[in-house]
Order: sequence, then structure tokens, then C-alpha cells
Amino acid sequence: MSFINYASREINCKIVYYGPGLCGKTTNLQYIYNKTAQDAKGKMISLATETERTLFFDFLPLALGEIRGFKTRFHLYTVPGQVFYDASRKLILKGVDGVVFVADSQEERLDANIESMENLKDNLEEQGFQLEKLPFIIQYNKRDLPNCTPIEELRKLLNPNGVPDLEACAATGEGTFETLKAVAKQVLIDLKKGS
Amino acid sequence: MLGPQSSLVMYDEEYKRIMTLIEKLLRESNSNVIFLVDKNGQLIAATGETEHLDTTSLASLTAGNIAATGGLAKLIGEKEFSILFHEGEKDNIHISIIGGRVILVVIFDQRSSLGLVRLRVKKASIELGVILEDLVRKTEIHDEAPGVDSPFAEITDDDIDNLFN
Repeated sequence: MSFINYASREINCKIVYYGPGLCGKTTNLQYIYNKTAQDAKGKMISLATETERTLFFDFLPLALGEIRGFKTRFHLYTVPGQVFYDASRKLILKGVDGVVFVADSQEERLDANIESMENLKDNLEEQGFQLEKLPFIIQYNKRDLPNCTPIEELRKLLNPNGVPDLEACAATGEGTFETLKAVAKQVLIDLKKGS
Repeated sequence: MLGPQSSLVMYDEEYKRIMTLIEKLLRESNSNVIFLVDKNGQLIAATGETEHLDTTSLASLTAGNIAATGGLAKLIGEKEFSILFHEGEKDNIHISIIGGRVILVVIFDQRSSLGLVRLRVKKASIELGVILEDLVRKTEIHDEAPGVDSPFAEITDDDIDNLFN
């Protein structure tokens, strides 16, 4: 969970990007990394295989600025999307403050999205979290591709509770900062409630 | 003990006590760098030759390392591996878990030895455990009186929007 440091006047929060394999979690982070000013970001770490598939996690520390005299830092993590890395996914969810579910809009990935969403719920429950109570955003990625499932259908299947959701194309960056902003906002509102 | 899901809060007084303690450990163990990390990967404190080190990345990877070995431990029926040691050609890393939630990392070279580091870490861990307990108590008292002098109770939508401008 968040780390509030009165000594250095900092708030640190952890956001996890979740979703099926190849849905664009790492691409989201890479775009944010490339478009963020040098002084606002740390090094991006990717623990990936030789074929650039995420093996353990990607990590990107961001300093967003100050709120009420406190430096606000967000640590963005991705999980490995491939089904068999489930043990690693569970570890990365530890201490999470907010979750972004990146859905792959392509028709053939519909089942993979649903499976990953179920897996997210199961793994959060194992850590004692309830998805409904966490800051949570759904991003429908790859909207630029021709074989997309209509948004209404994705919403019906993945977002029955009507959490904030948005469309994106992480490869060109469309929607990536909006997603980050949406989840960061929820995390900070949560912090306000808990304070 | 700090629960895995409670927010970690650090106050000036405890921070100073922690810094004094790890600075002493740095001297007594002849090590190069010492840092303290929350199990979720947040850097709590660091001392020593940290200028050329990416401490944020180190903190995140250390937590990942502890999480992965913790997963391994559970698979073989252990609760956790409370000490990890990585030996390099020049530098070595000694990692230990304190109070179940905080990770103490000591980086040292040939000017020290594993035996000395282990000995000093063991002693410092007890003192560090006491400070962390105090911190938990303080946080609990604070939690029972929410809103009192909290800087976050007053956050507005504008404050949040301004972060992204």
C-alpha cells in the first residue's frame, strides 16, 4: 500500500498494469517513459526474456509533482501476461494501490481478456483485496486494429460494474496518459478518504 | 508487526532514529551502502556511497527478489528465507528481512567480510525492529484519529488535475 514519508515529505503509490499476454501493458509503460520529462522519471526496468516478453515485471518510477507540499511518486509495474507466469503475477500485486486492466480489443483475444480478468480477481482475493474496493480502470487497447470487438460488447463482458474505462492505442500513445491520470486520480482520492 | 496491507507511514523522529542506526551499521560493518526497503518496493532510507546508485531501481528489484524467493520458500514449505546473499567479483549484497515487512540491504566489498556483516546486521536488526514497532504504534494512534493534521484530507480535484499539467 502507499508509503507516506513525513520526513522527506513524499507519498509513494504502486500501480499495477494487468491483462492478457501481448495486450500492451509494457507498451503503455514504454510510451509513458518516452514522453515524460527526464527529471520526472527514473530508469525503466524490464525483466524480460530474449524475445522481449515480460518475465517478471516492468518497473517505471514517476514523480508527478507536489500535492500540499508532498512530492507525489507513482511506481508503475506490469505483470507478465502469459498464463503460466501466475506465481509471478501474484507477487507483483502485493501492496498494490491501484490497478489498470489493459484489454486487447482484437476479437480473437476476447476469451484471453475474460480469463485474465478472472485471474486478476482471484489473485487479488488471495492477497486479501477486493477488486471492487480498489482504484480500478479498464483500458480497451488496440482500438486502431480492424478486427476489434465493439466497445459495447467489451463493456458488457469485462466491465459489468461500470468502473471508469477508456479506449486506447498504446503503440501510438493514444489514451495512455489519460489512463494513468484516471487511475492516479482514483488512488489519490482513496488516500484522501483513508486519511 | 506491520501488516502486509497497512499503509507505511514514516515520521521525522523515527526516520532520524533509523538513519542514526544504519549509519552506525555502515561504519561497524565496513560496508559501502546500506538501504532499507519496504516489502512493496518503496525505498525507506539509504546511507553510504549512494550518489552513483539508482536507489529507486535497487529498492524495486530487491523487493522483487525477496518476493520471488519468498514464493520459492512457500513451495518447499518454508515461511520465508530471511537472509539472502549475493556474491559478486568485487561487490556483494546481503539482504535480510526485519519484522516481516522491511528489507535491510547491505552492499560491501573486500574491505569487509560476510561474517562481519552478518554479525553486525543481526545486532542492528533487533534495534531496527524496536523502531519499526514504535512506528506501527504511532501509525495506529494516528489512524484512530483520522483527519487530524492530515495533509491529504484537504486534497481537491484541482490539486490532482494540476499534477498532470
